[in-house]
Amino acid sequence: MTMELDVFVGNTTIMDEEVYQLWLDGYTVNDAVRVRMDGGVMEECEASADVLLSDTMDQYRTFQMCERLLHSPSKLGNQLLFQIPPHRQAMLIERYYTFDDGFVREVLGKKLSKGTKKDLDDIGAKTGVTLKSCRRQFDNFKRVFKVVEELKGPLVENIHHHFLLSDKLARDYAAIVFFANNRFETGKRKLQYLTFQDFAFCAGQLISNWTVGAVDNMVEDMDVDLDKEFLQDLKELKVLINDKDLLDQHKSLVCTALRGKTNNLNEMETNFKNLSRGLVNIAAKLTNAKDVRDLFIDLVEKFIEPCRSDRWTSADVRLYLTHYNNSVHLLDTFKHQVVWNRYMDVVKSSINILHVRLDESEGLSCFMEKKKSQRWGR
Amino acid sequence: MPGKLKAKIVAGRHLPVMDRASDLTDAFVEVKFGNTTFKTDVCHKSLNPQWNSEWFKFEVDDEDLQDEPLQVTVLDHDTYSANDAIGKVYIDIDPLLCSEAASVISGWFPIYDTIHGIRGEINVLVKVELFNDLNRFRQSSCGVKFFCTASIPRCYRAVLVHGFVEELVVNEDPEYQWIDRIRTPRASNEARQRLISLMSGELQRKIGLKVLEMGGNAVVGYLQCFDLEGESGLVVRAIGTACTLDKLSSGSAPNTNTHMSPLAHGCRSTHNSPVHSACSSQRLSQNFSVSVPTLIFTGMGSGGSVGKEAGPLKTLLRQQTQTALEQRKEAYCPFSHLQEFPFFTLTSFPLGFLVHVGGVVSARSVKLLDRIHNPGECSTLSCFADEPETRDAWWEEIRQEIKSHAKALGCHAVVGYSESTSICEEVCILSASGTAAILNPRYMREGCLDIGITDHRLLRFKHGLNCPVVADTRWCLLSSRFEEPSPPSCGFCHIPYDELNMPFPAQLTYCYLCRRQKVPDVLFTTINLPAEAAVTGKGCLIQARLCRLKKKAQGEVNATAISNLLPFMEYELHTQLMNKLKLRSMNALFGLHIQISVGENMLLGLASATGVYLTALPPPGGIQIAGKTPGDLSAEHHILTIQKRINDTIAKNKELYEINPPELTEEVLGSPVPDSRQRSRLFRSHSESSDEVSELDLSHGKKDAFVLEIDDTDAVEDIHSLLTDAPTPTGFYSCNTEIMPGIYNWTSGVQMFTSVRVFRLSNANLTNQGLNKIFTDLCENLLKSFYFKLRSMIPCCLCQLNFTVAVPEEELIQVTVTAVAMTFDKDQNQEKTADKPPTEEQLQFPLELCADPSSANCQPASKVSAASVDYGSFADRCSTWLELLRLKAHTIRRGSVKTISSLERSSPLPEGRSRSLRSNRSFGGISVTVVKMTPLSFLPGTRIIKYLGIINMFFIRETTSLREEGGVSGFLHTFIAEVFSMVRAHVAALGGNAVVSYSMKECMLMENPNKNQAQCLINVSGDAVICVRETDQEPTPSTASIGQTCTSATDEAT
Repeated sequence: MTMELDVFVGNTTIMDEEVYQLWLDGYTVNDAVRVRMDGGVMEECEASADVLLSDTMDQYRTFQMCERLLHSPSKLGNQLLFQIPPHRQAMLIERYYTFDDGFVREVLGKKLSKGTKKDLDDIGAKTGVTLKSCRRQFDNFKRVFKVVEELKGPLVENIHHHFLLSDKLARDYAAIVFFANNRFETGKRKLQYLTFQDFAFCAGQLISNWTVGAVDNMVEDMDVDLDKEFLQDLKELKVLINDKDLLDQHKSLVCTALRGKTNNLNEMETNFKNLSRGLVNIAAKLTNAKDVRDLFIDLVEKFIEPCRSDRWTSADVRLYLTHYNNSVHLLDTFKHQVVWNRYMDVVKSSINILHVRLDESEGLSCFMEKKKSQRWGR
Repeated sequence: MPGKLKAKIVAGRHLPVMDRASDLTDAFVEVKFGNTTFKTDVCHKSLNPQWNSEWFKFEVDDEDLQDEPLQVTVLDHDTYSANDAIGKVYIDIDPLLCSEAASVISGWFPIYDTIHGIRGEINVLVKVELFNDLNRFRQSSCGVKFFCTASIPRCYRAVLVHGFVEELVVNEDPEYQWIDRIRTPRASNEARQRLISLMSGELQRKIGLKVLEMGGNAVVGYLQCFDLEGESGLVVRAIGTACTLDKLSSGSAPNTNTHMSPLAHGCRSTHNSPVHSACSSQRLSQNFSVSVPTLIFTGMGSGGSVGKEAGPLKTLLRQQTQTALEQRKEAYCPFSHLQEFPFFTLTSFPLGFLVHVGGVVSARSVKLLDRIHNPGECSTLSCFADEPETRDAWWEEIRQEIKSHAKALGCHAVVGYSESTSICEEVCILSASGTAAILNPRYMREGCLDIGITDHRLLRFKHGLNCPVVADTRWCLLSSRFEEPSPPSCGFCHIPYDELNMPFPAQLTYCYLCRRQKVPDVLFTTINLPAEAAVTGKGCLIQARLCRLKKKAQGEVNATAISNLLPFMEYELHTQLMNKLKLRSMNALFGLHIQISVGENMLLGLASATGVYLTALPPPGGIQIAGKTPGDLSAEHHILTIQKRINDTIAKNKELYEINPPELTEEVLGSPVPDSRQRSRLFRSHSESSDEVSELDLSHGKKDAFVLEIDDTDAVEDIHSLLTDAPTPTGFYSCNTEIMPGIYNWTSGVQMFTSVRVFRLSNANLTNQGLNKIFTDLCENLLKSFYFKLRSMIPCCLCQLNFTVAVPEEELIQVTVTAVAMTFDKDQNQEKTADKPPTEEQLQFPLELCADPSSANCQPASKVSAASVDYGSFADRCSTWLELLRLKAHTIRRGSVKTISSLERSSPLPEGRSRSLRSNRSFGGISVTVVKMTPLSFLPGTRIIKYLGIINMFFIRETTSLREEGGVSGFLHTFIAEVFSMVRAHVAALGGNAVVSYSMKECMLMENPNKNQAQCLINVSGDAVICVRETDQEPTPSTASIGQTCTSATDEAT
């Protein structure tokens, strides 16, 4: 004796947000029922396990039927099959495109290809996200990527317009698309301490300063690709380290400005040439795709790590970079102020955030260590 | 050439990819009407083609306009091979033929394919130019309005009710034609869809003609069904009530409105004000009566009429009735409504229309279906000219029976009348049921303006006596009492029959309200609870469920077996209903619907009704358990515990349904009142003798106890099942009538739903008991599921719960439910006081509101705020959403809302805001109108300002990839969602924003999982309307609809 068929269809499509989340998270119907039972829905309204199962199946079916529409959210608005109030449509879309930070961190900067898709089960196991959910998230990335890749106009707005996502989520997707397109390396151990949001911030900076769209917003692919011309121009910055006079002049300007504002003046002074060389070399090498990919790792190795070993605080870094940047404007013989600014705006804010995060993560581990040692000491 | 039909194909969108190579489609459209076809250009390589065609013009007879649908086919152009069909849209242009309904059809329609379902949408514009036709012998009946609504539609008033109209047409089923063997399933399905559409059109036209003949201009309570008789053909039949309706213009004088359309007045009050305040200034003179006659009559019709040829006796009977009919026609014509069957498909009535209610009358008959003799020879309707005759005769027989039952109850009319069939192979059970009643004749005659003059009425009433149909000595008695005014709150309960000459044994007492006339102890009816009726407490859904196994058999043996079983089933269902009613401490059933469904090896019986406690009727006695073997201690102990449980349940139910009637003493009543523990004895039917059963009736009721005897295990089971009906969870109510007695302040949350379950009985050796249990559980679990799914709407009531059972295959039980969940305001007190003011006062309200006094005192502030508290979480969500919109909208005007400032949050949105809402709903800027659907005749909190025409759609869906579509559940889920969307699209294209009186007439599912195939047929109907929020002054439909969605809390029930 079995239920051969069991459906419930409302004129206004009935959707339970909790079940939707379970579905998105890739729970099977039975697991979802278990979670719901543990959640205490049953006591709430005198339901039995059968009722819960039937309801969950219904909802899962509805979501599956909706999934096709969610792939092109603008269709959800003018499709006729489901009558869903607008604010719930927005909820459906937003949640469907929401991703796990842990998951996205793993695929950030990777090519959104079949190869990566094959590794999803490993990523899933690592991040504790179900394979089903991984696939959805990955396919979402890929879908957004495919749609906006060829579009003109600002990236965030394109995503916002085509996928009807909230501003925040659209920005995140812009970062994902941007990283995937430029294949920035984010998986190295040295970068592990950074979260997706840190990279998303950097991506925002990169998009608004280094892309073609940053200067001219009527060009194709403007927001997805870096401005080749600009990258070429960056080579000119080499003069800052190759010209001895200029380098010394720059150094003295920075040191003068820093005097009395920091306790690490000595280290800054001794490291100046090293750091400056590091930053300018990064800039000069960006014409190579390979070096573009290693941008973040380079920033960490060439700048952040030396600072760390000298125990600069984040305030020190900020201060140093500000003056390092500003002082260049006082160099009369230096002709590439515009390129410099465009370069440094991104580098400055990126290094800041990378350093602050490192500070935080190490501060935390320091704190833990301290606690540990205290305990041992006792 | 009386009409010109014009169609224009604008654009398509979301088309499927038809060319794998390019991932695009080269779409074009064929527009066909009758035998004329036009084509659009091919729109190459686009999934969103813009055709912007010229106007295709069809010059046609209005007869064809009524019968034929406009057929729009979308195809993919293929240079080398045949063009592939993408899908079709059938557009019923009937609504355009009536000047008062829609003037243009314009909108996006889902492109439907019977194999693939919905495949994109197409934007179509349709117009009709009608030329005046002076031909008196015309075949068309353009202009007759059809309503599914089984009451006088709001915004109309009934000038005259003419009475019963019926018609049926028969054709060969394309599925069973020889050609079906060689054509594709798609072609076969489309042929069927088209044929049924044609037949529906023809049927409607024919009924329209009858209405015109009668002098009417509308059909209300239009009920169309089709019987798929398999090889013997396809029957489409319809019944309805012919009326002359007058449109109420909102600008007309309020006083006339209130007086002339008592219904609009009365019915509104049912949902907005408590019943006791609903008594209008109108005084009705009425007389009294009573009854519980279901049982006696039921089953009477089931025995004899088996076989293809009626026996000689039957023939004789038919001849007699026919001659009688002819005589009657000759003898008396003016009362056109009484010409043949004084039946009314209405279930709600204008105030004062219903004088007395006798009780339920029903008749069933088992028939063997004939085969069509010359299959394939021709497919025109005329080919089967003799067919309708047979079917007509069958129904005629049943109707005669119903009429005689009504007569026996001392009633001259049957209201809440409906007909249905259940077919299994070649056996067909025809059923008809209704409520015997006495109606106020003034509504049957022209010029009912002078209602104040009693003499006139009396005169007219006596006049009516001349009619042979109602000629009966009892009428004199009746009319003499007629002048005695009796309050409308109890008048309809008073017995219509003669106390000394009762048609069946019943216990009569003096009415507990007016104490002047007699009332029965229990009252069963098929109608909605009259708005003016006095009710104590709340009502609830009561269901009796029954399964009976039968041997598989063929032909007449089978038919005889079934007709032998029927009376037993009816009796048991009745007993169950009675017991459950008592258990809930109630004394009346409304909306009683008994369905008996036949399968190969079993019969299913399901009786649903809404139980209430009518204040006018005596309190029900308790239930007493008696053992057959006194002296057995353990048994007696057992009985005691059961008795205690029953008593506890009764007490609990009294509390739950707030039943605490005022105590009446014998002195006050001045007549022997049966004490509250009054007993009526009822024997369980274990006897196998049908004689005994038919004689059983309620004769024991005369004695005093309502005793359940536990004489065998069956009885114990039954009592257990009696007690296992799970109570509705707190915050929920349910009923199968339009609205719940005892709930008056509906809020605007509405969720219509359809649910289908099919249960497979795997155990071959099932007993009746086992089956009963399964069936009961199936129904109970369905209800539990609803409560769970709709929990976010609490407090809410499931209204018009319509259960349909079927046995699609051996070992399968299918239950289909359509209902609407409506939210209401828990806090009723303010509402009650607010609705109290007398009618006179209300007449001073501004025009709009006057037509509807009860709503005039627009919901007090407290009520609304209470509602938003109840839905706390939603309100928050809603308000944040509103905030968002507020930001988006450029200007926010707060014009019309000012008058009801307290309604702020849930008030209709000012135009500016709602426009932005609209664009919001559609994201891309293309708007999708929100269309609400409800099986009720109204939407709470709104006013219907226009009826756009009837929606009657038939769809077939078939799949050969059942697994891929998510199994049979996935298949049906998609299909139902598709049907909903097509209904909504058609309504929106007519310019409407809601469907009222929606019903799913048929949901026939056939599956073959082994072959990975399934097929389903769905037939839905309803009235397309434009409604506006009750508080809106200057309504525009779209605004209103959107406003509603945003403010109605539970629309988006999670």
